[in-house]
Amino acid sequence: MRSVINYIKEILGGLRTLWAGMRITGKYFVRPGEIVTQKYPENRNELTMFDRFKGEVIMPHDENNQHRCTGCGICQMNCPNGSIEIITRKEMTPEGKEVRVIDKHVYHLGMCTFCGLCVKTCPSDALAFGQDFEKAVFDPSKLTKILNQPGSTIKKDVK
Amino acid sequence: MAFNIYDFTEFTRSIDTGLKNSMSSGWAMFVEYAIIGVIFLLVYAVLGLFLVYAERRVCAFIQNRLGPNRVGPGGILQTVADLIKLLMKELIPIRNADKLLFNIAPFIVIIASFMAIAAIPFAKGLHAIDFNIGVFYVIAVSSLGVVGILLAGWSSNSKYSLIGSMRSGAQIISYELSVGLSLLTIVVFSGTMQLSGIIESQANGWWIFKGHIPAAVAFLVFLIASTAETNRGPFDLAEAESELTAGFHTEYSGIRFAFFFLAEYMNMFIVASIAATVFLGGWMPLHFGTGNAFNHVMDYIPPLVWFAGKTAFVVLIMMWFKWTFPRLRIDQLLTLEWKYLLPVNLVNIVIVAFLVLMGWHF
Repeated sequence: MRSVINYIKEILGGLRTLWAGMRITGKYFVRPGEIVTQKYPENRNELTMFDRFKGEVIMPHDENNQHRCTGCGICQMNCPNGSIEIITRKEMTPEGKEVRVIDKHVYHLGMCTFCGLCVKTCPSDALAFGQDFEKAVFDPSKLTKILNQPGSTIKKDVK
Repeated sequence: MAFNIYDFTEFTRSIDTGLKNSMSSGWAMFVEYAIIGVIFLLVYAVLGLFLVYAERRVCAFIQNRLGPNRVGPGGILQTVADLIKLLMKELIPIRNADKLLFNIAPFIVIIASFMAIAAIPFAKGLHAIDFNIGVFYVIAVSSLGVVGILLAGWSSNSKYSLIGSMRSGAQIISYELSVGLSLLTIVVFSGTMQLSGIIESQANGWWIFKGHIPAAVAFLVFLIASTAETNRGPFDLAEAESELTAGFHTEYSGIRFAFFFLAEYMNMFIVASIAATVFLGGWMPLHFGTGNAFNHVMDYIPPLVWFAGKTAFVVLIMMWFKWTFPRLRIDQLLTLEWKYLLPVNLVNIVIVAFLVLMGWHF
């Protein structure tokens, strides 16, 4: 007798838990106000990406057209698919010391998988991820970018 | 030609006599078959496409998304666009597949659901074939689809397909019992297997209200078992995307895949309309007792609307199931059937027989 009661109890308990699950999804179903979908082309003006969004690799410059890149080449070595090419040149400081400065930081957006290894391993935090995501172009050569702006120099405090 | 939205008997009879007057009765029969066939083909395609769309929207709302909303108003033409895409896709020939069975399998699946739709009463007089063993016919025909699924799995010559179709076979063999027994509950109540007779017996109240608790239990069991029978989640072990890629239709592409897809949704519609017919009164408006004012008000709503509404309600419940519960394992599936649904159903049917014997139902 006890086993029969337990059997019925088991069924009713099972039904109760099933109903609990269905209540939750039913609540979502009748409350479309909490929809998370972004209606993209309509809301492109007010659409802001979240902080951890990996758009494209950029090199932030400050108001004096200064960046933090020393041209060490660690990003180039870490890039798994060779999207980054570092071209450096030698420059004389006023003290008569020869130093290496970045000439061109070439970034092939077409080859990038946005893994983030370059940003993560940069010792002087020169690279960052941009928030721009509309990257389609008709000419593939436009996907090759030079990240340091022309005439830019390195910040004084970067070692 | 008398067209009455509440009773199609006159309308169909006038078409019948009109055809018989203008040609020999054999040709008239043939033309009638052709007309009904074309109508069912259209209904089948349109309903199937709409159900796919409805499923995607319902699923999206349950998951706090929007779902397809670009093609046509509210995305309603999305599935039409998908169908055109599927029509234009390449049919990939499978090396080492059994060519004949591989090509035949989708048609068997779709024919099985097509045959079942013939016995469904859509409204008074709008009923292709009114068998006196309608319930029996529907159970028999709707389980034919599994033959197509087994053939698809076997002929694809792929282990995923074979495992998927074998699961489907085990599932249908077990759950067919529960479907049959839960329908039998109402057959005992109404005393007939004819679907139109079952509907007539609900003129003073639907069986789910008249049949006390046993009818409600049978309805619940039917919902669960028929969801399993149509291979839908949470019983979609035959497809099981995460383990079997797509189960029995892994190797199918293009329009052949679309046939399987369409048949799944039409099976859902057929099962839902059977549930609506047997438990919720089919096209019969909501009646309580006989001859009161409430019944008269309800009679103003056309039977087609009642039928569509009830079917949509059951379809919604089945979609709700699918997008709430996680998929069962194969042993859990069989445990649910043989240890829970079947004993409950058997006890239920004995109680119903006793109720009917004592005349305790309304």
